[in-house]
Parts: sequence; C-alpha cells; structure tokens
Amino acid sequence: MGRYVARRLLQMIPVFIGSTLLIFLMMFALPGDPVRALAGEQAVDQAQIAALKAELGLDRPILVQYVSYIGNVFQGDFGTQIASQRPISEVILDAYPVTIQLALFAFTFIVVAGILLGVIAGLKPNSIRDRGLLGLTLLLIAVPSFVTGYTAQFVFSFKMGLVPPNVGLEPSWNEMLMPAMVLASLSLAYVARLTRTSIAENLRADYMRTATAKGLPRRRIVGIHLMRNSLIPVVTFLGTDIGSLMGGAIVTEGIFNIKGVGGLIYEALGRREGATVVGVVTIIVIVYLLASLIVDLLYAVLDPRIRYA
Amino acid sequence: MRGAKSAKWVAGAIVVALAATACGGNDDGGDKPKASGKPAGYVSIDVGEPQKALIPADTNESLGSYVIQSLFTQLLDFDADGNIVYTNAESIETKDSKTWTVKLKKGWKFHDGTPVTSQSYIDAWNWSANIDNKMQNAFWFEDIKGYEDVHPEGEGAKAKAKEMSGLKAVDDTTFTIELDKSVPYFEYKLGYATWAPLPKAFFDDPKAFGQKPIGNGPYSFEKWTHKKLIQVKANEDYTGPNKAKNKGVQFKNYATVEAAYQDVLSGNLDMIRQVGPKDLPKYKSDLGDGAVEQEYAAVQSIVPAFYTKQWKDVDPKVMQGLSMAIDRETITKTVLNNTRKPAKSFTPPQVKGNQDLDTEVFDYNPDEAKKLIKEGGGVPDNKIFIQYNTDGGHKEWVTAVCESIRNATGVECLGDAKPDFATDLEARDNDEVKSFYRGGWVADYPLNVNFMRELYGTTAEANNGRFSDKEVDELFKKGDNAKTLEESIKLYQEAEKVLVEKMPAIPLWTYQINGGHGKDVDNVKVDFHGDFEVTEVTVK
Repeated sequence: MGRYVARRLLQMIPVFIGSTLLIFLMMFALPGDPVRALAGEQAVDQAQIAALKAELGLDRPILVQYVSYIGNVFQGDFGTQIASQRPISEVILDAYPVTIQLALFAFTFIVVAGILLGVIAGLKPNSIRDRGLLGLTLLLIAVPSFVTGYTAQFVFSFKMGLVPPNVGLEPSWNEMLMPAMVLASLSLAYVARLTRTSIAENLRADYMRTATAKGLPRRRIVGIHLMRNSLIPVVTFLGTDIGSLMGGAIVTEGIFNIKGVGGLIYEALGRREGATVVGVVTIIVIVYLLASLIVDLLYAVLDPRIRYA
Repeated sequence: MRGAKSAKWVAGAIVVALAATACGGNDDGGDKPKASGKPAGYVSIDVGEPQKALIPADTNESLGSYVIQSLFTQLLDFDADGNIVYTNAESIETKDSKTWTVKLKKGWKFHDGTPVTSQSYIDAWNWSANIDNKMQNAFWFEDIKGYEDVHPEGEGAKAKAKEMSGLKAVDDTTFTIELDKSVPYFEYKLGYATWAPLPKAFFDDPKAFGQKPIGNGPYSFEKWTHKKLIQVKANEDYTGPNKAKNKGVQFKNYATVEAAYQDVLSGNLDMIRQVGPKDLPKYKSDLGDGAVEQEYAAVQSIVPAFYTKQWKDVDPKVMQGLSMAIDRETITKTVLNNTRKPAKSFTPPQVKGNQDLDTEVFDYNPDEAKKLIKEGGGVPDNKIFIQYNTDGGHKEWVTAVCESIRNATGVECLGDAKPDFATDLEARDNDEVKSFYRGGWVADYPLNVNFMRELYGTTAEANNGRFSDKEVDELFKKGDNAKTLEESIKLYQEAEKVLVEKMPAIPLWTYQINGGHGKDVDNVKVDFHGDFEVTEVTVK
C-alpha cells in the first residue's frame, strides 16, 4: 500500500516535467511578442525591446530558458511577470485562495446534492420523481453556464435581493454561494445521472436479493451494500471534476467578478506571459495527479476486492 | 481487509492535507465589514490592475494612466475643448518654438513634503529618456536637444550621457527646454502624463517607488491590493486648478465589464467607464441621468498595407471607392449600437484643427464607389482582407464593413482574424498584413497633428501601413517648421486635404464612451481622450 502510493508519487515527476515542457514549448510557439505588445500601437524602440528581453532572459534559446526555469521552480522561484515585474508565485497566491474556496464549495454541493438526488431517483426507477430528476438534469446540462449565471444573478440578486450580485474585494461565504451553485450545476447533473443509473442497475443485483433475504434492515442494504457498489463510476467522475474545478472557471468567474485562476490564465495567455501560464498549469497538473491518486485509493475503500500492493 | 483500511487512512490524510491548505489560503475570506469597504466621501471607478508598476514614463495603457493622472500633475493639462490649462506651470513661453522657458508655480510639494523644483522635472526627464532605464515612453523626449546622447539609436546601444543638454535650470522654479529644432506644438505634448516630475525618493529605488508612488498630484497614494484595488486619498494641500472635489478614489478591478455594471446597479460601484455590449441596449433606462455618453478624440480606420503586391502602386481612387462603399451611418447605428460616430475626416472633432473637408469620400454611395474603383483600375484579385484581433470585440463591425463593401461593389471582402492583439501587432510589425489592418488611434494631445504626423509620415514609427508620399512628408515638414502653433495647425489642415487625395487609410468612425454612474455621485465629466475627470466627481 505505502509502496503503491510512493510509486504513484514518483511517477508524477516525469509527468510534471513532460507537461511543463510541452506547455513551455507551446507558449513559445505562439505568435506575438509579450515585450513588443506592451507598446501597443505606440512607437517601438527595437534596441530597448532587446535590452528588456535580455534582462528577462527571453533572448536565450528555448531549451536553456526551460532548464533554468525548472531549476528555479525547484528552488521555489516561479519567475517574474514581464509587464508587472511582480513575482509569479505572488500572482498565483493572489488568485488561488478564491478559486479553491469556490471549488470546494461547489464540490461539496456536487457531492451532497448530486448523490442524494441520484439515490432518490435511482431507488424508484421510472417513477415520477425519477422522470422529474432526468428532466431537471437534462435542463442543467443543456443550458450553458453563462445563461444559468446571468439568470441566477438577475433573479436572486436583483429581483429577490437574497444574495449580493458580485463577489467583492474580500470574498465571503454568502457571496460565494450563488457562484458555487452555478458552477456546480453542470457536474451536479452528471453526478445525479451517474448515481441514478448505477443504483437502478444494482438494485436488481444478486447480492441485493441475498441481503434482503438475510433480513437486513433496508437502511443498511441501501446505505452500505448498494451505495458502495454504485459509487465507483461516480467517484471516477468526481476525481477528474475536482481537477477541473481547481483549474478555474473562467465563465463563472467573469459573471460574478471572482478574480481566480481562470481569469489569471486567460489574461496571461493574452499577454503571452509564458512563465505565468506554465506556473499555473503546473499546479493544475499536480492537482489532477493528486486527485486521480485519491480516486484510485478510494476504489479500494469502496470495493475490497480491489487491492494495491 | 488490511489493505483497504490503510488505503482509507492514506486517502483520508491526503484529503485532510488538501483541505488544510485550502483553509490556510483563505484567511481573508472571513466576514469582515462588507459594503465594498469604501471610506466615506470616496468615489469608486472600475479601473483594473495596471499592467506595469506605477511610473509615469513606463505607463502607456489606459488603466495605469488613470492612476498616474490622479497621483501626478504635469506642467499643464487640457480642458474638455482641448485648450491648455496650466497646472503646475505658472507660464510656458517661447519666442522661436525652439527654446521654451517654463516657470513653475511656487510652493508646490510632493506628497512626502519635498518641494517640486525645476530639478524635479529635469531629473525625471533625464532619467526617463535614458535608454538604460528602458522606459516605455522614452521616445516622448526625443524633441529635446541631447536626446540622442541619452538614448542612442541602434542595437545594443548604451547611454553616452546622463543628461540632455537641452534642459537647464535657471533657478528653483524656472527652467529652459531647448529643442533640436523648432516644434510649434511642443507645449501640447507636455500635457502627456510622461512629463510628470519625480521626487528624490524615486531615484533611490525606482522599483519600490513603482509599487508606492509619491507624486505631486491631486491625490496621494494610499494602498494597492494587487488585482483588486488601488486607493488614493485627496491631497488637502493641493493648490492646482484640478483639486479633488471628493475625499478619495478607489480604482477597483473587475473581472468583466458585465460584473462591474451589476455593481453599479447594486450601488457597490460609483462609475463604470464603458458598458459592455450585453447591457448597452438597456443602460440608459437602467441608469437614467447617470448614463454618460460622450465622444472623444479617437479614430478607427482600416489601413492598407502599402508593401503588399495588392496595394503597392494602387490608385488612391480605389481607396476612395472602397471608402464610399462603407455604409458608416447604418453600421454605427445597428452593429455598433451607436457607440461610434461616422468619421468625416482623418481627425476627430475634439482636436484643434479638425475641419470640414468638403468631400464625399466618407459618404456612402455605391454607384460612385463602383465608378471610382473602376477608374482606379479595380481592386487587384478583386478580393480584400481586413486583419483584426478577435479579443477586442471587432469581429462584428469587420463583418459588417465587409458585407457593405461586397454588396456595394462586388469586391470580395473577408475578415482576417488574429487570435489576440499581440499576434495582430506582430503581423503588423513584420509587414505580414495581407491587405488591410484595423487601426485605432487615441489622441495623445488634442491637436490634428497627432492624427497625421504619427500615422502617415514616412518615418513615423506607428505607420504600420508603410505609407510613404513625398508630397505629404513635405507638407508635414512645413507644418513642423511653422513659426506659431496656429500656423502649424493650419498647415496640417492643408496636409489633411491632400491626404484625402492620397488615402493612406480609410477612416471609419470616431469613438464615444458609453459609461455611467450610480445615484451616489454627481458631476461625472469626460476629458478629451475619453477618461472620466475623477477630481470633479462629487459625492451626494
């Protein structure tokens, strides 16, 4: 078990190096020069641009740049932004807390509401409540998130005055409630559907009949036997979902004025702040890797037949 | 079951660890006082994070400029009609437009208490012009004698001197500026924020200064929470004409204009500079008296790349024809939601020297357009492209302009989309524009000169279409050599008339801001380059 985890953690190193290198190369391949772009339509002084690039180390060959970048990252130095001259670690630390807050909030909502709805519907397949759930989730999946977002903002903030429309300078939980629900709505629909199908299918399984025949209480049959076996696909989905939530949600962030990671990457891409993009994406890659490790470990918890050595 | 148990434990530990880092990260997420945390008497405006540190000579984008202009006061400023208003200067005089004598108002102080003297200006300009300091706006000082010593041309150039010989202090409040040659409109250039004075503290540590600037302006710096907020406080001791009529300003960063607009509606934000396309159709009814709609000195045009095979030896008549094939009236009304006004010349109406050109070149007339193009020998390949960047909301009007040209003349017209502004600029710099590119120019100073010399002179660096015409160059030169400002403006007006015959670009429309303010503030006015005059805003 411990060895398995260690091996998985070690495997992250090549993935980490590979993905950062790929992103580094991609940023380099993009047309558009970040230092030149600073001048906009104004006149440009080529000698000055060259001097700035030399100072930032952008005039070196790409692989040299990469090696020195990785070397610095291992010492905890993510580099400096081209335009603002701020340390990138500081820029990332500014953006991450609010994204994590939003992601965890949304994730909790997805897990609790999604699984609950799925179980309620799955236990009585083809009943009215099951059909109702399928209809509702279909709607959530079909409507794009900016529509959900603006509609929620309009209804809950401006018509009913329940929550503030935007997230302010110091994000508070009640401000985050609406964005988290909007962000959660799509994944919630998937989780509910996955759970519902899985539960409905397992209801007819042999072990269920055995458990019922043994005279076990219904709560235990559903809560332990049925749930454990039905949650494996759901957990797989949740694992990748937390990764994408942590990667920032540019549309939701934009609607509710959340200055998180999604907006940071978008802005950095537009300005060709290569080091910033690589830094953020590196963190996202690590989050994905950790999430998938947790998922794999959870399989063993849910299904004792799965063992890791 | 042993394996399963320890798996449970490990998974649990990782989850706890992740959660712990998450909690540690949002300490500031608690329930501190909300209500946007604005001190009484302050006004707020949606001005996002400046791209660079707050140094006057290194700021050329609108967000940073807003903050710089609140913290620093240069020698002079402009009123809404583009007339000069002396701010820090008592007087600026010249006899030959070559040597300028500046007298400063007495008793001015920086926010740290040190006096504003002639030397504060001279040192600041010398430092900013120096190539070793790599300031973005260094070229603004190029008229001053001795500029090529501190900022030599060529690759790997290093400064040969620390000071420009043209700057001389006479006494504490008087100094002279000697230029390389006479520039009749030099005084107008002095209104740009780059010409601000800098205190001694700046030269000790420019980097730290950029995070915590000390100016001489109507507001003093309070705090900068990166990507969120910049706060400045009214300077009680300020004696300039633009003394703040409010207690301070919060420049707030918003993720989108839509979010900013929502905050204006809900009272969390006082002013919004530009309403997004989503809310444009209804902002006037939402904001009532608070809606601000005003034209400002900026022109959008489509510029032919004269180095292409297509336009190398083009007859200007073809350009005139294409210009007449564009239905500016309808496009500004429909596609652009009345946010632009059809252009009638190469200069916007807000600058001095804008004139009625008495020409039909900018009017929509399909028959005349077809005729002119035919007379000019037609469009090579019968197909044109308009290059634009997709991250700036240009796609809609480019499509409409193309549609208009196609319908009126039968010339095939397509948009040439570049994913973002950086890519768009690169194609322009490297002479890779296929046919036309989208050009936009906002006034640096409110003179017609600024919209011609900088864009269509053969050696002008912003002349990305590489337009080059001896007659035009000659006329610009004549304007530059004029004895007085009035004469210079007049000569440039003559040049503009020739531009209509040469068509270095096809002007489309002038800009307008469509912003607004909430119920808590009043007296929101717009200056000539489309910025709100924050000092004038009062709290109700």
